[in-house]
Amino acid sequence: MSDRNAHYVAPVDETQPGAVDQVNLSARKSNMWIDAWRDLRKRPLFYVALVISAIILIMALFPSWFTDADPGRGDLSLSNAPAEPGHPLGYTLQGYDIWARIVYGAETSLTVGLLTVLITGVIGVPMGAIAGYYGGWVDSLLSRIGDIFFSIPYFLAAVVVMSVLSDYRNPLVISFAIGGFAWASLARIVRAEVLRNKNLEYVMASEAVGRSRGSTLLKHVLPNSMGPVIVALTLSLGAAITAEATLSLLGIGLNGYYSWGNDIAQAQTVLRTNPGALFWPSLALTLTVLAFTFLGELIRDALDPKARARR
Amino acid sequence: MTETIPVTDSHGTVPVADPSQPLVQVRDLEVGFQTQNGLVKAVRGVSFEIYPGETVAIVGESGSGKSTTATALMKLLPGNGDITGGEVLVEGTNIVDHNEKQMAAIRGGVIGYVPQDPMSNLNPVWSVGFQVREAIRANGVATSKKDIEARAVEVLQQAGLGDAERRMKQFPHQFSGGMRQRVLIGIGLGADPKLLIADEPTSALDVTVQKVILDHIESLTRDKGTAVLLITHDLGLAAERASKVIVMNQGRIVEAGPSKDLLSNPQHPYTQRLIAAAPSLASRRLESSIAGESQDAKTFDVAQMAEQRAEAVDADAPAVISVRDLTKVFSIRKGGFRSEPFTAVDKISFDIPKGTTLALVGESGSGKSTAAKMILGLEEPTSGEITVGGTAMTGVSRKDLFNLRSRMQPVFQDPYSSLDPQRSIASSIAEPMRVHKTGDKEARRARVLELLEQVSLPAELFNRYPNELSGGQRQRVAIARALALKPDVVVLDEAVSALDVLVQAQILQLLADLQAELGLTYLFITHDLAVVRVIADNVAVMERGKIVESGTTDQIFENAREPYTQRLLDAIPGAGLEWTV
Amino acid sequence: MTLYVVKRLLQAIPVFFGTTFLIYFMVFSMPGDPVLALFGDRTPNPAVLEAVREQYNLDQPFIVQYFMYIKDFLTGNMGVTFSGQTVNDVFARAFPVTLQLVTIAVVAEFLLAVGFGLLSGLRKGKFADHASLLMALVLNSIPPFVALFLAQYFIGIKLGWAPVTVGANVSWGSLLLPGLTIALTIYVVGMRLMRGSVIEAREGDYVRTAYAKGLTSKRVTPVHVARNSLIPVITNTAASFGALIAGTTVTEGIFNIPGIGKVLYDAILRGENATVVSFVTILTVMYIIVNILVDLLYAVLDPRIRYV
Repeated sequence: MSDRNAHYVAPVDETQPGAVDQVNLSARKSNMWIDAWRDLRKRPLFYVALVISAIILIMALFPSWFTDADPGRGDLSLSNAPAEPGHPLGYTLQGYDIWARIVYGAETSLTVGLLTVLITGVIGVPMGAIAGYYGGWVDSLLSRIGDIFFSIPYFLAAVVVMSVLSDYRNPLVISFAIGGFAWASLARIVRAEVLRNKNLEYVMASEAVGRSRGSTLLKHVLPNSMGPVIVALTLSLGAAITAEATLSLLGIGLNGYYSWGNDIAQAQTVLRTNPGALFWPSLALTLTVLAFTFLGELIRDALDPKARARR
Repeated sequence: MTETIPVTDSHGTVPVADPSQPLVQVRDLEVGFQTQNGLVKAVRGVSFEIYPGETVAIVGESGSGKSTTATALMKLLPGNGDITGGEVLVEGTNIVDHNEKQMAAIRGGVIGYVPQDPMSNLNPVWSVGFQVREAIRANGVATSKKDIEARAVEVLQQAGLGDAERRMKQFPHQFSGGMRQRVLIGIGLGADPKLLIADEPTSALDVTVQKVILDHIESLTRDKGTAVLLITHDLGLAAERASKVIVMNQGRIVEAGPSKDLLSNPQHPYTQRLIAAAPSLASRRLESSIAGESQDAKTFDVAQMAEQRAEAVDADAPAVISVRDLTKVFSIRKGGFRSEPFTAVDKISFDIPKGTTLALVGESGSGKSTAAKMILGLEEPTSGEITVGGTAMTGVSRKDLFNLRSRMQPVFQDPYSSLDPQRSIASSIAEPMRVHKTGDKEARRARVLELLEQVSLPAELFNRYPNELSGGQRQRVAIARALALKPDVVVLDEAVSALDVLVQAQILQLLADLQAELGLTYLFITHDLAVVRVIADNVAVMERGKIVESGTTDQIFENAREPYTQRLLDAIPGAGLEWTV
Repeated sequence: MTLYVVKRLLQAIPVFFGTTFLIYFMVFSMPGDPVLALFGDRTPNPAVLEAVREQYNLDQPFIVQYFMYIKDFLTGNMGVTFSGQTVNDVFARAFPVTLQLVTIAVVAEFLLAVGFGLLSGLRKGKFADHASLLMALVLNSIPPFVALFLAQYFIGIKLGWAPVTVGANVSWGSLLLPGLTIALTIYVVGMRLMRGSVIEAREGDYVRTAYAKGLTSKRVTPVHVARNSLIPVITNTAASFGALIAGTTVTEGIFNIPGIGKVLYDAILRGENATVVSFVTILTVMYIIVNILVDLLYAVLDPRIRYV
């Protein structure tokens, strides 16, 4: 066993060590957003969701491109009438054109959804960011306020607001009724993200240079916390549209607007005889929510390298 | 590479404890990982043997395949990894095609395992005792409840856990890192395996704890005649602890042999580079004055660097930065509403002469990083004074403080968080200039290009993002950012600690070159005394918030007065090496 | 642990006052006569009107009104509904029904989450993983009331497998359809938690260490993978218990289930706002209590919180 202690050397020409830490200039350009986009582009579902969202957006902006019928004209002689040319989905109990009402309802749903998202973001992002970044008593105060809003299920809060404000059932009020409470969970997400980022070394480096705390928050911490915020907001778009429809279903939603929720509520009574009147606006609502949910979920996946690796 | 290192023809049945027969034989081992870019071979044609009772070390940088080789021996590769070729003979039996049950019989009982990170290797929801008992029961060391309990206590006591009986009821999060590693050692040795695989068992621990743990593994395995396979990135540590060292690079073995032989007579250029770059070996080499010339141009010889530095130092230069009685007291929340004061930094004072490097050395919790933060203006001192170039930092206007900040810039530890991932390299480097409104856009652009060149990065990186760079390259960018405003002082807070040996040597060289070229003054914060020898002119040793000893680097290394300093010095891997050329 | 419990309970106090105040504030700071607003579009019966005026102490300053309201709330004096019954009586009758419905939904949610989460996690990246995730996401995107209508129409009316509405004779069987439907629309959250922690646990260091001890997967899977993975799923399920109790309005309305949600549903539809406010307050307080219990449950399951 003499060569137990042999000194082995690999053939040098086969195992030549490379240069130490050489820069690989052929590497693909890569940061969080570029990588996420590269990932999204490869996923067919992303395009499906994008196309549905685009159609709904166009419907909301230019409803007359989709139908010539007047959604406000109810003809009782056409009550529960079946589909006919130009009126592909038939009529409701009151003789309204189902398709026309779906087309014109898109604007309402989208308006409420976007307004709610705006309100949620405008309150939730600063509340969470300031609480997380400044910590101490500021955090305690803002987080306790957030806890209170978080502890009233936002749907119940909206029920109270809309019940009491029976004379103000318009998209702005309903958006405030939903977003005015839904911001609390967004604030929690933002706070957690900011907490995660604020102790990273690039933040210290920025402050050591002399950048003020507020400016560091805006220029470094917030941009790096935006991933989960965008995801949460996209998902809340769908949730807000659902909430509006549900409130309308209960009769405390919108008044005097074309709303899928209102139409579904009206169709409830004829579920057995004219299921289409309930089914079609439900489908429109579901597809819309589905599109936004999938956008949010796909973005979430794309932004998270860990989730990407898990596929 | 088809030949095994020692040529043996021992197949089949081998008498179990025959010291002349290998315990483990690895032949042409290949391990592949299934990735998005297809099959990636992490280990290629690796062959070696471990004999009963001997300690073998595999040394390599990250990505060398050393840990993969170790986990392959136990067939514990991650889900996407597989042994794609070769044989692993354990006591003469090839285990490559063993099923789960057969492997379970080998794991724990024949081959024990001590993992790298004590924080993540114990299940947080089970008590420590539960996890030790489980290991003992699985390997049939004891069967009755009472015997298992007794054995568990014994195992933990042997692993150096005092008060084992009481602590068994506790949960992992109630243990310190060192204590958890003792538990893991207890589990690894619980069934008296014939081989213990220790995968970087101490790299997550404080230096002095590292030494204690390694000593402990050594004495336990020596007593029981257990063979050890030690995986480490530190050649000094490997040579000190193992009789045989295997050097791996890019999935292959490049050199292997008896430790002393390998260290004094490295044949392969990669091994030569590693030896030249290892700070732990540098201090030994300095003492035996064998710095010598490096064998090839690509080799950074850290010992040489240290010698050149010693010649160049100007001891009478004026102090650029002075710290007097700097103190920081935190109030620590003690559950409920009580809080108690905690003195993190306790009246420390030092001066750093212009163009020199002061190393502030200490273990975690010594207060060294808090001191650095106060000097950088990131943390308000409780009392004491910091003077930069004659201007006091405390009690000055916001504007003066803002201007002072440009004279002092930091480089932090973690290359993966030191740069804003959403900013381009150029934007990161230019940030200090933008904040201080120096120069116009064109001038800043020119300065960024100049800085990239100074830190030896190609100008093409201008519009790239940190994601595309390695850790060492990111640290270069961080250095460039620190230099953007032409500061007097650069505070290097563990700036090279997270880097692989060769990259670390390269960055140390860069720092030395920049210092010589620009007359920079460094405050070098580190836990690693070995690196200190290479880079520092003066050393201050911190323990529990106080500077316990300070002096020139030579004084400290050759004549440490404080027992704490001595302990730190002893803890440098390779310190105990008997080594002659 | 005791400290943790005390801390958590103390935290709940400002939340209790904050939420009740907010609800109270929303009602009484709105434009117009709050009492008339409480009656919505209905013409109040003078006797009930008087009862409401008294219930809300409207002759007192606002903050005093609030505290007297809280005192009444805490002493169980919640006033009367429009039909003259006390809120207490209505609650006592309706709550067990809601509890039954929510129990079905939560148990089903838990089983779906664990089952599909385990399947997905163990088959990571394979077809079964993608398919079950996609299905859960699609189901989750269907607005609950749409899902309920669909279930009612197809399973109740078309197939006749289940009663179309529940009515006064509540039984576990009659609640199965609405309960399961609700579970199907929410289980994705728990499923993803389960999936994530299964993957994490399987690739986790301590699982590898468990195998390195010589354990087989027969022991490692339940003891080290499932035990750890279940913590977030169990707490999520418990949390959805609270959310569901607060959110059965639509379910109970559509399926005509005489629970708290139905009381609220009817009150909303009839514009009986005083009743709406009373029950929203009750549901919110219950939601807060369940959330406290969830946090305590978490502490029981996770020793890192139990022993600080």
